[in-house]
Amino acid sequence: MEYKISNRLRIGAIILIVLGLLGVGYGFMDAHHYETVEDVKELLASESHHGDAHATEVHGESHGESALHVEGTDAHGDEAHGAAHAEEGHTMSHEEHVLHQIHNRPYSALYVAAFFFFMISLGVLAFYAVQYASQAGWSPVLFRVMEGITAYLLPGGIIVLLIAFLADSHLFIWLTDGMTTKGSDNYDALVAGKSSWLNKAGFFIRGLIFLGGWSLYRYFSRKFSVAQDNADINDNRNFKKNFRISAAFLVFFIYTESMMSWDWIMSVDPHWFSTLFGWYVLAGMLVCGVTTIAMIAMFLKSKGLLEHVNDSHIHDLAKFMFGFSIFWTYLWFSQFMLIWYSNIPEEVTYFITRIEDYNLPFFGMIAMNFIFPLLLLMNSDFKRVNWFVVMAGIVILCGHYIDIFNMIMPATVGDRWFIGIPEIGSILLFGGIFLLVVFTALGKYPLLPKGNPFIKESEHFHY
Amino acid sequence: MEASKVIHAIYTDDDILMSAVKKVKAERHHIEEIYTPFPVHGLDKAMGLAPTRIAIASFMFGCVGLTVAIVMMNYIMIEDWPQDIGGKPSFSYIENMPAFVPIMFELTVFFAAHLMVITFYLRSRMWPFKKAENPDVRTTDDHFLMEIAIHNNEDSLLALLKETGAAEINIVDKDEDAH
Repeated sequence: MEYKISNRLRIGAIILIVLGLLGVGYGFMDAHHYETVEDVKELLASESHHGDAHATEVHGESHGESALHVEGTDAHGDEAHGAAHAEEGHTMSHEEHVLHQIHNRPYSALYVAAFFFFMISLGVLAFYAVQYASQAGWSPVLFRVMEGITAYLLPGGIIVLLIAFLADSHLFIWLTDGMTTKGSDNYDALVAGKSSWLNKAGFFIRGLIFLGGWSLYRYFSRKFSVAQDNADINDNRNFKKNFRISAAFLVFFIYTESMMSWDWIMSVDPHWFSTLFGWYVLAGMLVCGVTTIAMIAMFLKSKGLLEHVNDSHIHDLAKFMFGFSIFWTYLWFSQFMLIWYSNIPEEVTYFITRIEDYNLPFFGMIAMNFIFPLLLLMNSDFKRVNWFVVMAGIVILCGHYIDIFNMIMPATVGDRWFIGIPEIGSILLFGGIFLLVVFTALGKYPLLPKGNPFIKESEHFHY
Repeated sequence: MEASKVIHAIYTDDDILMSAVKKVKAERHHIEEIYTPFPVHGLDKAMGLAPTRIAIASFMFGCVGLTVAIVMMNYIMIEDWPQDIGGKPSFSYIENMPAFVPIMFELTVFFAAHLMVITFYLRSRMWPFKKAENPDVRTTDDHFLMEIAIHNNEDSLLALLKETGAAEINIVDKDEDAH
């Protein structure tokens, strides 16, 4: 089954990219309306005035981000990201703090969306490796779909690192000048203590090692998979190679994935740490990965291109969506409940900021990532109804975008968050690049890996 | 007490059994029962049995369990005696909910699992000291037995079953009240 990216899809993706770029550009321009502390003072004054005047009314008019959280302006204290300075005599004024949050927003919006799409392809890569290493008999008809999605891994990863590099201290407060220098105004003993891990050179060297390792596996696995197509019928050498490198990759992956989650996500809150964070991020990326596989497979099938993918394959993918959603919830709750229960101040600020300032996204994502898939995908028959799986998939993907949003934003913009033009623009931008890269890659090789020794079993898979 | 006659067709292979079932169904005979030593995949579909509803029952039992857990802990911890235990907020259920989730989860699973098993026992009439209903002891080891009631069609049925590759065909008087 040959597939070629259609012109309509390509143009659609390019439109998304252009719209996204406009949105991102607007985000940066908008953030730099506020150049100085004086501007922020004015903003805060107008907000608090506004708040007094309309205290009992519904805030119908839109003032962009400034109209939100009127009540919060004087209440929000140091927890947000100022926690980084809490113990060391806070020299930054409230206005300056707000100014930083306003400036951080477009960077964070970019980073959240970039990481979200990157995470999908990384999750698919891990799932793909598991399929090889476990010699699964049901999934080989979906291998080319998975390989197509992992094509975004390298560009997506480079984008994430690039944004991290450009955003610098806008995202990672531990990159602020002087934070590790004794005697500096910005000196932070806790961050200084972690500086042997959290330093700029180390961050990017590790990032390149992670990305390099994953991309190498992806490159060779794809190469062997394609070579197996043209190999002799009894020649399984390429498959065996793939089996071996998949097993090795999974070992490498589980270590690097944990470290990546500390570096790329947890370090936005350098005062906070959690031991199961890496698995929590992993569970999220696996759900998104499997969901994306299911959605792209159903899309290609609706075009008549995946004739061997049947309802049983979709059923299996939906089971994985269901199972990993619950696994994600299990880890989310384990992390939340342990910290809530013991209520140790240095840990619990993480959740206090999220519950106070991000109440709706924080608890809304539980509904989207847990209750919705739980009730929708529990029924065996529903898992075979394609539009049902698509619907559940859309909610799951949106829910996990908000999950990433909840991880990054409270540390960088605090209570000045909104899902507005910069955020949606970033989603469109990277969504467009994702679609373009993935569907171009899907068109490179036949969609049926006919040389795979399990392909017959997979074609006749029936549950 | 009326005794009726049934045919016991015995097979030694599940593949032959499956094709026999399809043939018998195609001839529109009603199969009373099939005894097999192990689950034969697709047998229920071939026989045209209705799908089980035990998963639905289990889901509802789980909901009962969840409700029991919530009502119980809301009464004990919040309404009856809301003590301050280690600073946990016992002003309302939702405030202390995370601490109750492990119990809510376990009771949901407990009710769903146990009540489903009991439902299964009741529906399939299994209990200790129950008299076994096995028509032929070999069916627990390596033989498959298909039971068809005879309604004045003995000869045609015999011919059909012979054709399906039955290893042995017996005509048995069956006591309806035996089970």
